[in-house]
Parts: sequence; C-alpha cells; structure tokens
Amino acid sequence: MRAAFVRALVEAGERDERIVLLTGDLGYMALEPFADRFPDRFFNVGVAEQNMVGVATGLAEAGFIPYVYSIATFASLRPYEFIRNGPVLHRLPVRIVGVGGGVEYGSNGISHYALEDLAVMRVQPALTVLAPADHRQASTLVAQTVGLPGPIYYRLGKDDVSLVPGLDGRFELGRAELVRQGTDCLMITIGAITVEAVAAADLLEAEGVSCAVLVVSSLRPAPETDIADALLACSTVMTVEAHYTTGGLGSLVAEIATDRGISCRLRRCGFDDQPDTISGSQGYMQDAAGLSAAALARTALQLVAGSNPQGVSPILPA
Amino acid sequence: MSSSAVRRTILEQARRAHVGHIGSALSIADLAWALCSRVLAGAGVEDPDRDRFVLSKGHAALAWYAAMNAAGGLPDDLLDTYCGDGSLAGVHPQHAMPGIDFTTGSLGHGLPIGAGAALAARLQSSSRRTFVLMSDAECNEGSVWEAMSFAAHHNLSSLTALIDVNGQQALGYTRDVLDTAPLAERWRGFGWDVHEVDGHNVEAITTTIGGLDMDRGRPHVLVAQTTFGKGVSFMENQIKWHYSPMSDSEFATAMAEVAAAP
Repeated sequence: MRAAFVRALVEAGERDERIVLLTGDLGYMALEPFADRFPDRFFNVGVAEQNMVGVATGLAEAGFIPYVYSIATFASLRPYEFIRNGPVLHRLPVRIVGVGGGVEYGSNGISHYALEDLAVMRVQPALTVLAPADHRQASTLVAQTVGLPGPIYYRLGKDDVSLVPGLDGRFELGRAELVRQGTDCLMITIGAITVEAVAAADLLEAEGVSCAVLVVSSLRPAPETDIADALLACSTVMTVEAHYTTGGLGSLVAEIATDRGISCRLRRCGFDDQPDTISGSQGYMQDAAGLSAAALARTALQLVAGSNPQGVSPILPA
Repeated sequence: MSSSAVRRTILEQARRAHVGHIGSALSIADLAWALCSRVLAGAGVEDPDRDRFVLSKGHAALAWYAAMNAAGGLPDDLLDTYCGDGSLAGVHPQHAMPGIDFTTGSLGHGLPIGAGAALAARLQSSSRRTFVLMSDAECNEGSVWEAMSFAAHHNLSSLTALIDVNGQQALGYTRDVLDTAPLAERWRGFGWDVHEVDGHNVEAITTTIGGLDMDRGRPHVLVAQTTFGKGVSFMENQIKWHYSPMSDSEFATAMAEVAAAP
C-alpha cells in the first residue's frame, strides 16, 4: 500500500499545493516519486518524530496539509502526545501515515510491530482513523480524504500486490464493506489481514460453512449501523485484526453490540499477549496468533459448532 | 501602560481565582509585555500574515492574558473570567480564545510547533515572524533539542525563541534538579544566533529583537535572565510560589510592592 499511497499523494500534490510530505528518515524506495516531483514540499526531518508532528502542526495552522510518514508504531506511539495536543486538539489537517500494521515487519521484531496503534488512535474524538484492506482501497481512501477537515491516522500495509476479492477498491467514510455474504458466521476485519479472513471464508465454504466477511476500513468514524446490521443478521461473530485484542476493532464491535443490546457470540481474534518470546516472518507470527487463514477457519468451525451443538461439525486438519 | 500594570493584573486575577503559578507569571511579565506591546505585528487574529506566538511555558498564561489586556488585545470581561467555569481563559492557554494561536501546557511542544510555523512562512513567502516563549526547565524535554536541530538545519531565521531563565522548576532549582547550564553555549552549539539579555528590561528585549536578521541566517534565541516572582520580594526565588495561591495579607503586601515599583 506504500506505493499506492505515494501515487495517490503525487496525484493530489499536482492539484493541491498545500500538500507537503514529512518523513522521520524512513521510506527508502517508497517516497521517491513525491520527493523527486516536489522537492520543495518534501522534508526528511531526521529521526525525530515528536518534532515532526510539531512541525506539521505549525504548517497545518498556516494552511498546509502535511503528511507525516514513519513505521506505524513510530508514527503513532512516539509522538502520541504531540498528535493529541497538536493536530487533534487544534482540529488541524495533519495526516499521520503509519506503515506496517501488526507484525508486518516480521523478523525485525517487536519494536517494529504496531499492535496498539488503532486502540490509542481511535479514542481521540477529533481524529479520523483509517486502515485500508488492500492497495486498491488505499488509493481510493487516500485520494478521497485529501481535503477532509481535521487530522487523520492512516495505518497502511506494506503489501502492494494482494487484493481482497469483492472489495474492488471501494471505500466510504464511516461505512463498512460486505465483501462476502454468509449465514453461519461473520468475520469483521480491518486492514491488510483481511486477505487472510477472506481466504479463511474460502476454506470454510469447502467445509460447508457459510461465512460472511465485513471489512471495516473506517475505524473512526465507525460504521456503527453497518456493524449492528451485520450482527443482527448473524450472531456468531469473529473480529479479525493484526492488533492486540483489546482496544481495537474487537472492542469496537463489542461496544456496538452492548450499546444496542444485540445478542451475539463474539470471538476477538488478534494478539492476546505481547509476542516477545518468539520471532519470525509475518506469516509465522500471524499464524502463531491464530490469524492465518487456516487458523481463522479452525476458530470459526469451533464457534459454529459451539453455537449449534446438534449440528455436524466438520474439522479442518490442523 | 507598562509591565507594572501587567504585574498588578497577575496579582489581582491570581487572588480572585485563588490559583498559583504566580511566580512563573511574574517572571515573564516583562517579556510578555515587550512582545505584546512592541513586537508582535498583525492586527487581527484572522490575518494569515500576522506574527505567530507560542507560549510554550503555558503555565504562565496569566502573564500573557494580562499583557494582552494591557495592550488592548483582551477585554476586561474576558480576563475577569480567568479560571472560572465556562471560561476560555484557563491556567493554560487554549486556542479557542481569540488571540491565542496554539493550545499549550505540556512542556516541550512549543518549539517544534514554532519551527513548523516558521517553515510555513518561508514556503508561503510571507515575512511574518514566529516567537516562542519557553522556560529554562522546559529544556529538560528532548523534543526541544529535536526542534533546535531542525530549525538550525533549515536556517529558520524568522523563528525566535525566548527563554525565561529564572533558574527554577516545579520542585526545585534547575541547578539542583537537572542543570541546564551553560544554556547559551548549548544553544550556540546547536547553531542558533544567541543573545543574552536582561529579561526584565523591556527596552533591551525590544531592541535586541529589533536588531535580529529575520530574513536570512540562523534562528534566534534570547536567553533572558529573569527572577522568579520578580517584583514581589517574598516570592522572589522561592520554590513555594510555583504552586501556592496568595492569602489576603500576602496579596496586599504584593500589590503594595508592585505599585511602588517604577
């Protein structure tokens, strides 16, 4: 999604001179198209994320639309208070761009994982929080939100190849996208892990289990009605996020269910604990957390069997 | 009007609201008055080319309100709501108040924002200037040094920091808590154009700023030597007056001393 983001930003930059791009010394082989096209609007501020957000605040107050870029955990957590007291409290159009949600930085290890960014970002009332599911949707979403008033946090995946079947690049602020119909269970997903959820639904279909997939890319404003409608249609529910299981999408869905008195069985899939005793590739780490397609399908089968004890419960090989 | 009017207002409002941070406010009374009355340009808050100001030591906002009021930029009825319920004028400044560019209160935020404001002015070919009023203890914050590097690297010559060097912080003297000396040398070492001034001499502050080259070269800093609690003898250099509010008798004594000052 990095390439998609930069392409969208270059296109927007052609039309809108307010757009400037700041990086905390990251984005090798990613940001060059913007830096080369608009050298006067590109600033590598050095390895100093707090200052980067502060500078962006000063720029935005004067009318610019600054995009600040770093690895998701560095972009969100290191300057968090600067984001809160700067663009959020002043409602300024600073865009915080965090690359590599969840464990996408794989063998780089836990310092590079973004496992709580969505949680800390979505509690800020004035902050829009977006996490596209694939690069096509990232293009749409970035282009569509260039002129949005107020600050935005983007959690972008590194994958510029995979596509979520049925999503077709659609995005609407405050809405969710149903990319797959289903009646036995419902997966609600966010971000790049969505491709695993859809692959899990394929595995389940082969086992005779019908699984719906609802993609939430607009975490704030939250698609409350879309989620509530989906919960009412199917009460066996999994949330799927490359994130801790507290504070993110799973918590949002639980809040909506309780606020509206919707009865459902909810399994929040993600990282229950900090993955600090093992390391490995993104795929390995996701599988260990139960987020691979096969692991998600196994969880779904257990849930479906539990919600329908009399029914036949097919078992996938582990 | 003079900075002694600013001091009287600080004492009156702090007494009425029964709040502290009096010593910090008295410390910057002359810097605030110099900036408000003689330096900052730009008539209305809506003018995009007005000078920008960041009160990075937000806990001394009462001095800024008092200076704005004395300079005619803040009406009495708004000032009189200081620290009241529903007021725009809290202990720390909020940008919802007309004339306040930036909400502050968490130390170390002001200089990065000021650097961005100065960069914005350059990108927009505007001659507006940016001033950031900071505390010496605020230089404990690492983000200050990030912004110092950035501003010097980019030659943000329209940016001026003013450091209120009163040698105190919340729980003690800076030399005992986390020594910032030699402050001027540190800033010089980071590539800034450093000017050491008497932070209670309005004329010297104004003249120094007037002599700065805001069009080219390095960013500027006034390392302003001040006295915490300046003008009220029993508050001067006393840690207690970072937080303490005044009693009636303390208020009467303080007002008498300030009134007697030239």
